[in-house]
Amino acid sequence: MSTKPDNGTENKPERPRVLLVDDYPDAREMYTEYLEFSGFEVVEAENGMEALQRAVDANPDIILMDLSLPVMDGWEATRRLKADKRTASIPVVALTGHALAGISEGAKRAGCDAFVTKPCLPEDLVKEIRRILETTSHRKVRRSGKYAKTIG
Amino acid sequence: MRKSLLKTPPSGLSSRPGRPAAALVAVGVGRGRQSERTHSDGYHGIAPVGANGAAAGADAEIDSAARLRLLEALVSRADIAECAQAGLQWLEETLGIRQSLCLVRPIGEALLLVVGAHGMSRDVHASFSVSLDDWNNPLVTAIAGRQALFFPAPHSAPDRKRRPATPFADAPFQVLPFGSAGFSDEPLGVLLLGADAPVRADLQWFTSVVGQKLDQILRQDMLAEGDRRQGRERGLLNSIINAVSDPILLTDTEGRLLIANSRALTLFTATEEESEGRRSAVRMNNMLLSSALSSKAIEETGAARRELLLVNPIDGSDLVFELLSTVTEDPRHGSGVVSILRNVTDLRRASEEIEENYRKMRMAEAQARAESDRLNLIIDSVADPIVVTDASGATSLMNEPAERLFTLQRSASALEQRWVQANDAHFSSFIAGMLVSADRCRVGEIGLLDARTGEAMPVEAIAGKILSDRGELTAVVTILHDRREAIEKARLYEQLKQASDELERKIQAATADIAQQNELLRRQAIELEQASALKSQFLANMSHEFRTPLNAMLGYTSMLLQGVAGPVDGPIKRQLSRIESNGRHLLTIINEILDISRIEAGRMPLQMSRFRVPELIGEVKSELEPIILRSKIGVTIEVSKDLPLLWSDRQKVKQILLNLLSNALKFTHQGGVRVSVRPNPRERVLQLSVSDTGIGIAPSDQEKIFEDFRQLDNTPTRPYGGTGLGLSICRRLAQMLDGRIAVHSELGKGSTFSLILPTKGRK
Repeated sequence: MSTKPDNGTENKPERPRVLLVDDYPDAREMYTEYLEFSGFEVVEAENGMEALQRAVDANPDIILMDLSLPVMDGWEATRRLKADKRTASIPVVALTGHALAGISEGAKRAGCDAFVTKPCLPEDLVKEIRRILETTSHRKVRRSGKYAKTIG
Repeated sequence: MRKSLLKTPPSGLSSRPGRPAAALVAVGVGRGRQSERTHSDGYHGIAPVGANGAAAGADAEIDSAARLRLLEALVSRADIAECAQAGLQWLEETLGIRQSLCLVRPIGEALLLVVGAHGMSRDVHASFSVSLDDWNNPLVTAIAGRQALFFPAPHSAPDRKRRPATPFADAPFQVLPFGSAGFSDEPLGVLLLGADAPVRADLQWFTSVVGQKLDQILRQDMLAEGDRRQGRERGLLNSIINAVSDPILLTDTEGRLLIANSRALTLFTATEEESEGRRSAVRMNNMLLSSALSSKAIEETGAARRELLLVNPIDGSDLVFELLSTVTEDPRHGSGVVSILRNVTDLRRASEEIEENYRKMRMAEAQARAESDRLNLIIDSVADPIVVTDASGATSLMNEPAERLFTLQRSASALEQRWVQANDAHFSSFIAGMLVSADRCRVGEIGLLDARTGEAMPVEAIAGKILSDRGELTAVVTILHDRREAIEKARLYEQLKQASDELERKIQAATADIAQQNELLRRQAIELEQASALKSQFLANMSHEFRTPLNAMLGYTSMLLQGVAGPVDGPIKRQLSRIESNGRHLLTIINEILDISRIEAGRMPLQMSRFRVPELIGEVKSELEPIILRSKIGVTIEVSKDLPLLWSDRQKVKQILLNLLSNALKFTHQGGVRVSVRPNPRERVLQLSVSDTGIGIAPSDQEKIFEDFRQLDNTPTRPYGGTGLGLSICRRLAQMLDGRIAVHSELGKGSTFSLILPTKGRK
């Protein structure tokens, strides 16, 4: 049922798939590198519109969503993701450099499941992702056989 | 027959007034008058009663039956005439004496009057009487001498002369006097008995019985008459004293009422039937009277006049009497007091009224005088000239200000005289116009001159006519009012008004100016607000822009240190660590600047919740655990039991505590740090304190540490890190939470920073 093709990592243990949405390439590259180093599969998107497409295409286990994005911002993208039956159950972690009050509130209203303020060290981000996956794994119905178990 | 001689003495019998003493003359007259005349023609002097008369035959002893008859005839008689008649009747029946007369002397009279006649004409009563003063009358001497006499018929003219004139005329008769039994020698009366010869029978018994009886009746009559007279006099007296309108009364020495006239009775007596009010008035009057009389008695003088105030029992009104009392001495009844009360109430009232009227008159006079004085005073005190003119136009009165205008001063110069004359002329013409006009009142303007300076003095003249009751003009009163002041005032008012208008214009201009300024300020405020918002937005943006690259820097450094790109060690690892710590410091600075700007922009909302403080302190301690471990300073936590839950913004309380604890660790090199929480229920606050044994802060510096970007050692090479914004932010946050931060510190000994928060938090 997954539309994503097996990209040659078949013999490894199943890795959780992360959709990382960030318009800042350095940050995107840094997190991707560290997430892959930490055992995640990473799909990237540069803006909200792209994120919507990737989320449907790649069916990630979790989405890391920067909020200040070109074309379509993170709030709008999250709202749409949560409105779409296909993607509604995917946890969204808002990731932003905006520390102003009200940002996290707005993000929660938009449907984000968690909120992480940048700067966020890669290892802290990984901790947060693992925590969320841990709490959502009980209710999440895996749509692919290869995600038989969650990564602790 | 008259019933009583004394009661109404007939004019013919009573020649003298006076009290009659008892006396009776009985004259027995013989029956045969004709024969007497025939036979008794001579005077025999005092001769024994012969038996030659018609009655001579009856000289026998008067038997007891006859005596009893006489007594019976007399006993029931109360009238003197009837008694006498009965006696004479008896004489005829017993002794045969047909003619007889009985005369009696009324008490006190020197006269014998006929009380009984037997066998004679009736007019003998009126025509015959005997004066006892007539000593030539042989009857008188016979009576005085109590001798029985017999007059025989006269034989000659001298004989006839010696005979008294009697109804017997020339007939012989016997004279038989009788006295009043017992009392005195006064002759009571005489009997003239017609007899031819002296009566020899013993008539001693008869005269004594009849005399006694007559005397008794006479005396009874007299007493009765006395009583009647006394009663009549008393009645008269009573009617006299009752006729007197003044109360008159006689009291005994004890003050008891003996006699009172009707007027006095109304004042001093009351019966049981009368009203209580009237009776008590009477009681009071009696008391007043007796006290007046007793004091009078003490004085022991004769007549005395004094006032006596009584109550009128009829209407309760006050009555004023003049009391005239006289002591009367009466040897039989003791002395008494006669009092006459003269009612002077009306007199008193009248005199009081007169006094009152006089007083009123005096008062009215005084008032009139005061009125007049006051009027003069008023007229004089009026600053405006007042002139009173009589009907002819001549001035009759003026006050001082008027005098200055119209009267020539002795020291006046020729010029001043002209001014006064001009004034006078102007005023006179005004008055003349007033006098000829029909107006009662007139207001006009006269152009006068100031008598002192000669300057024009326009006056307003208000003139009023004063008319008598009959409508005749008596005076004209004119009040002059100097209009110069009014004109000056009007001018000043005009100036003032101009000035005021000017001022108002200026104020309006100023107000407009101020409005403009305000508008400007408002715009500036808006601009400032916008600028501030822009600044905050800029800072927020800046912070975002700062964070994005910093995020990458810190992230990569961290990854390098973790050996993501291969093992790192030695100096490279140390250098990477420097990059990391400086990056973190930069991040802290950015965060704190952002906090300050958010607080200042009011964009730091509070998220209030109720939470437990010990847990919060645990979190703070564990968050700072790496630093605590590094500093090797012991951190102890003291939390008192039964801490109340705190209602506040948990995140901000945590931020403050983090800051305070990290500061304590930073500035303490030995000793320890103690975190304590103590409730203060009295002030309803919670005190969270962080105490250290660090370098301490001098008292003079304890306020500076809260300023922005402030560390006490501000040199570039300062030994302690930090932005200098921490305490400044803490203080701001504490204030947002309605709390405060207190410092107790001693240089070199340590510091205690306390966050004091209200338990209930802000509303």
